Amino acid sequence: MEVTINGHTREVKENITLQSLLTELDIQRRGTAVEINREIIPRAGHGTHIIREGDVIEIITMVGGG
Amino acid sequence: MDFTDEQIERYSRHIILPEVGGKGQTKLLESKVFVLGAGGLGSPALLYLAAAGVGTIGIADGDVVDVSNLQRQIIHDNNTVGMAKVESARKSIEALNPDVVVNTFNSRLGIENIREVLRDYDVVLDGSDNFPTRYLMNDASFFEGKTLISGSMFRFDGQVSVFKPADGYPCYRCLYPEPPPKGMVPSCQEAGVLGALAGVIGVLQAVEAIKEILSIGKVLAGELLIFDALGMSFRKVKVRRDPDCALCGENATIKELSLYEQAPCELRT
Repeated sequence: MEVTINGHTREVKENITLQSLLTELDIQRRGTAVEINREIIPRAGHGTHIIREGDVIEIITMVGGG
Repeated sequence: MDFTDEQIERYSRHIILPEVGGKGQTKLLESKVFVLGAGGLGSPALLYLAAAGVGTIGIADGDVVDVSNLQRQIIHDNNTVGMAKVESARKSIEALNPDVVVNTFNSRLGIENIREVLRDYDVVLDGSDNFPTRYLMNDASFFEGKTLISGSMFRFDGQVSVFKPADGYPCYRCLYPEPPPKGMVPSCQEAGVLGALAGVIGVLQAVEAIKEILSIGKVLAGELLIFDALGMSFRKVKVRRDPDCALCGENATIKELSLYEQAPCELRT
């Protein structure tokens, strides 16, 4: 099925969890937050959150400057 | 509170707004805001808070003004280069609005004194330049039950959010459970930052602080506002409380302030 990750369309496995997707994409967990369809998925939910067809996923990088 | 003629004139554009009025302006004059960092974000935020008539402003910063700060830290100027940033900021604020009482903290606040300092203030604004300080401010604000107005920036990107766990909204750790690994994020010094971006983000923080004091509108609690200066876009995303949050979650493991990881880089505000 197709999803959009950081603006790019991508094929991912059906019923994949967010956790598995992040591992597959080799996304650094520390210092990032994951947004799906305009909502941050709390870290606690990554293992159970199932990615759906058409999801718009954004990896948000922490910004620390002031 | 009775306004002087000068105050009625000074704050007339506020007083005329039904959402503010004389009552709201009195609230502002009686309010106390703590601003961490008189740098890129703190500078514009401080100027607008002072102009708005926030009665007491606490400023913490341990640095001195450097010429390289002046591209964005607009509360300082050529004449204050070499001066402690808190004193330079005080000078500008006093020149702008004599109604404001300025309290300065010219040293890095730490676990031993930060909670006690925050206790005296109504709202906390974070314009700090490093992750350990951001976590410290989050945790201290949580323990003291203070609303934390967080702003941060890097290159052309900025983020703003309001953390109010006391009202059931998420805290900074719900959004970012831990800081990035050392070395993952380069410093502003190494990577640069668009000066005017500091104005955008710092002023948004001031707007949220003023709304919070006045209890008007809807602040960015449970939301993260992401600004992309190059694409000129604002995006808002929902942030929920993380039930597993180490600070405000159901089985919280952080019970007191502790030593935080060293700054991953030497970001200077």
